[in-house]
Amino acid sequence: MNAPVDAAIINQHLIDPEICIRCNTCEATCPVGAITHDARNYVVDAAKCNLCMACIPPCPTGSIDNWRQMPRVRAYTVEEQLGWDVLPAELPAEQLAEAGAPAPAAVAPPAAVAATAGGAEAAFSGAAWGATLPPWSAAHAYTNLYGPKAQDKCITATVSGNVRVTAVGREYDTHHIVLDFGAMPFPVLEGQSIGILPPGTDAGGRPHHARQYSIASPRNGERPGYNNVSLTIKRVLEDHQGNPVRGVASNYMCDLKVGDTVQVIGPFGASFLMPNHPRSHIVMICTGTGSAPMRAMTEWRRRLRASGKFESGKLMLFFGARTKEELPYFGPLTNLPKDFIDINFAFSRTPGAPKRYVQDAMRERAADLAALLADPNACFYVCGLKAMEDGVVLALADIARDAGLDWANVGAALKREGRLHLETY
Amino acid sequence: MSAINYSEKIPNNVNLAEDRTLQRALEQWQPNYLQWWNDVGPDGSQNFDVYLRTAVSVDPQGWAQFAHVKMPDYRWGIFLNPAEKDRKIHFGDHKGEDAWQDVPGEHRANLRRIIVTQGDTEPASVEQQRHLGLTCPSQYDLRNLFQVNVEEGRHLWAMVYLLHKYFGRDGREEGEALLERRSGDQDNPRILQAFNEKTPDWLSFFMFTYFTDRDGKYQLCALAESAFDPLARTTKFMLTEEAHHMFVGESGISRVIQRTCQMMNELKTDDPAKLRAAGVIDLPTIQRYLNFHFSVTIDLFGADQSSNAATFYSSGLKGRFEEGKRSDDHVLKGQTYRILEVQGGRLVEKDAPMLNALNEVLRDDYITDSRGGVERWNKVIEKAGIPFRLKVPHKAFHRNIGTLSGVKVSPEGEVVSDHEWNARVEEWLPTDTDRAYVGSLMGRVTAPGKFANWIAPPVMGINRQPVDFEYVRFN
Repeated sequence: MNAPVDAAIINQHLIDPEICIRCNTCEATCPVGAITHDARNYVVDAAKCNLCMACIPPCPTGSIDNWRQMPRVRAYTVEEQLGWDVLPAELPAEQLAEAGAPAPAAVAPPAAVAATAGGAEAAFSGAAWGATLPPWSAAHAYTNLYGPKAQDKCITATVSGNVRVTAVGREYDTHHIVLDFGAMPFPVLEGQSIGILPPGTDAGGRPHHARQYSIASPRNGERPGYNNVSLTIKRVLEDHQGNPVRGVASNYMCDLKVGDTVQVIGPFGASFLMPNHPRSHIVMICTGTGSAPMRAMTEWRRRLRASGKFESGKLMLFFGARTKEELPYFGPLTNLPKDFIDINFAFSRTPGAPKRYVQDAMRERAADLAALLADPNACFYVCGLKAMEDGVVLALADIARDAGLDWANVGAALKREGRLHLETY
Repeated sequence: MSAINYSEKIPNNVNLAEDRTLQRALEQWQPNYLQWWNDVGPDGSQNFDVYLRTAVSVDPQGWAQFAHVKMPDYRWGIFLNPAEKDRKIHFGDHKGEDAWQDVPGEHRANLRRIIVTQGDTEPASVEQQRHLGLTCPSQYDLRNLFQVNVEEGRHLWAMVYLLHKYFGRDGREEGEALLERRSGDQDNPRILQAFNEKTPDWLSFFMFTYFTDRDGKYQLCALAESAFDPLARTTKFMLTEEAHHMFVGESGISRVIQRTCQMMNELKTDDPAKLRAAGVIDLPTIQRYLNFHFSVTIDLFGADQSSNAATFYSSGLKGRFEEGKRSDDHVLKGQTYRILEVQGGRLVEKDAPMLNALNEVLRDDYITDSRGGVERWNKVIEKAGIPFRLKVPHKAFHRNIGTLSGVKVSPEGEVVSDHEWNARVEEWLPTDTDRAYVGSLMGRVTAPGKFANWIAPPVMGINRQPVDFEYVRFN
């Protein structure tokens, strides 16, 4: 994923100045130096925050856990936040819609869901159902081994591969990039991400902040037994309104040559992790470069297949893109046997065909998904654009309800047991 | 066979499982610690299941594991912040040299004294607060009290770890002595006087966690700069927990104020007698408690001129608050700092050598920080539309240590005669009547989501749990 340059609407992380006691714990914890303060307030720099959530558990007050949907271009600046006595209200829906957020009507919840989502919440929020803990059989994730607060501020990786995986001449230019860490420790798990520090400075003369990308390779390396990881990176050439913008990090990464070095921080993430117990099922729902963690999990299961350990564990993939051509290189995996992975594509802009979204593909497979929703051995992973989050979770809620399940219970169990993970940008 | 399963029982990142010497020391000490906890820890609550935060590792995910546990089963761990590679000493005469991974012989006695003095405050506050559970204003507050208590316990562990690991037999003896002194005991009291005072009621407890635990924060911040790397890393991790204690204090007082203001508006009165009749704590009483706790706490920073402070700084044992963020030479020789003294019946400022005045420097940093929170309390009063403001008293008010010791100064900073002091002290410091009144409010409220009449509920629960969550199961 390439969150910081992609989305028109961001979920901006804010600290409630009325509740905060200015204890400095969050600033001391933040692995990327996104939190700062003056004599009055502690605030989060939206350009630096990578939503890693490291600051959330140590906060003694709960003031740290505040979020506002904001158009990226209007994100509250550090200076604005330093002047606050209270948090601002949410932007009205019309203003968000103008900036490209899905209209609330499009994701309006069925009454039953709204009633069970906690009563007080008026609009359905898919994010509220996402788990913050990994499933019980997840492997232990190492996090923040490199970063401003770690012993080593960053690690140097060498580019050992950079392949364009979409056809040349298309507007989509997606690269498969392999980074090698040589003899240096950089243990990762499927679902984790890393930060790239682009060289040079921004317009204000400050070093560029880190850009975060999901790892697309399994834990034992893009090439098994090697200390390397792969990333799926889409070159950003325009913003959501179609205005030309060159994404700093994505262009830097896509232009790298084999042998170049890159400064890396991380790894990040300790909840979007796959189950590792026999007979565990994985349902993967993604769009675009959100396929990276899905590729990693699928490949890890494929490598373990010979062991027979996961014999009856199902893999189910729902993959959405605008057209077939935009599909990054999940390609080789589409040749996998049907009894190993159950793949469902949805293309929203195929000429002459009606628009189809991942939610549509999911509803077609309602019978299978309902069984998995009720199965404590099944975990659900969602990765892609922010806009898909509510729709996907709503589809799951509908599928549960149509199968006679109580979503309030099923959804709460998914969250509590670390079985529904959302990573959107 | 060892009695303790180290990785399970004592979460740690100091490789305890392979350190036989440390294991042997802790095997001796740990049963005595539990005995101490049972004897003088929270009264009558050892069998409760309390929703506590346990640290099982120093990374953000392991930092705050919440679950219902019985306090004697709390997993007191030993944690050091991750090491900083090639860390250098950044102040004092050894500036630029490598930080010490072991104790240099010449600083052994001073370091031990610093660690013991810090360590002694931790069990002391548990002892001071041991009866408060019997008069808790809610389950939520009871849980917060117990969280503070177990974390003070862990801070004792942290200091005892340093004593055991780096100070050999002396260290082990000091570790035992930490369990033998008792807050308020005639024969064997705690080292610092503020830790021998009683914490008789919840208003005192909130004031204590706001003001006195903040002294702890500043001492820990100064030690987190230390050239002795294990001490710096230990105290850095302790600071993350200390923040919770100050939260309990700041939000506790804030909720008391909020409730009082609500009652003032309901009854349309600022008459303390009417407000007391309505069962809330009037703002002037809160101001008197504030004056008391603030003045007692700033004494803890020590004498305004101290050659020990100079030695501790120059030898690299103890830095200033945020030493790393200051832009001077970090040696401070030949520099001066303004301190207060009384001349001709007036308070005047005079220059003192900066190195000798470092206690005063830390005290002033503390005062700035304390004021911030008091201003946030004032916002609550302001929001209620009430024309009353709480004030931090002058730093010369009611002092018992240093040049200002015994000088009679009003909260506004005017030197006053003994006669005037005696005539007005009841306006400035809590009276026996105040304390008796506050004491009379202390009932025990334990139904989930219910709060005593004198305090407002918090705006949110702990760890995103609802306010009426069952934070304590009484069994």
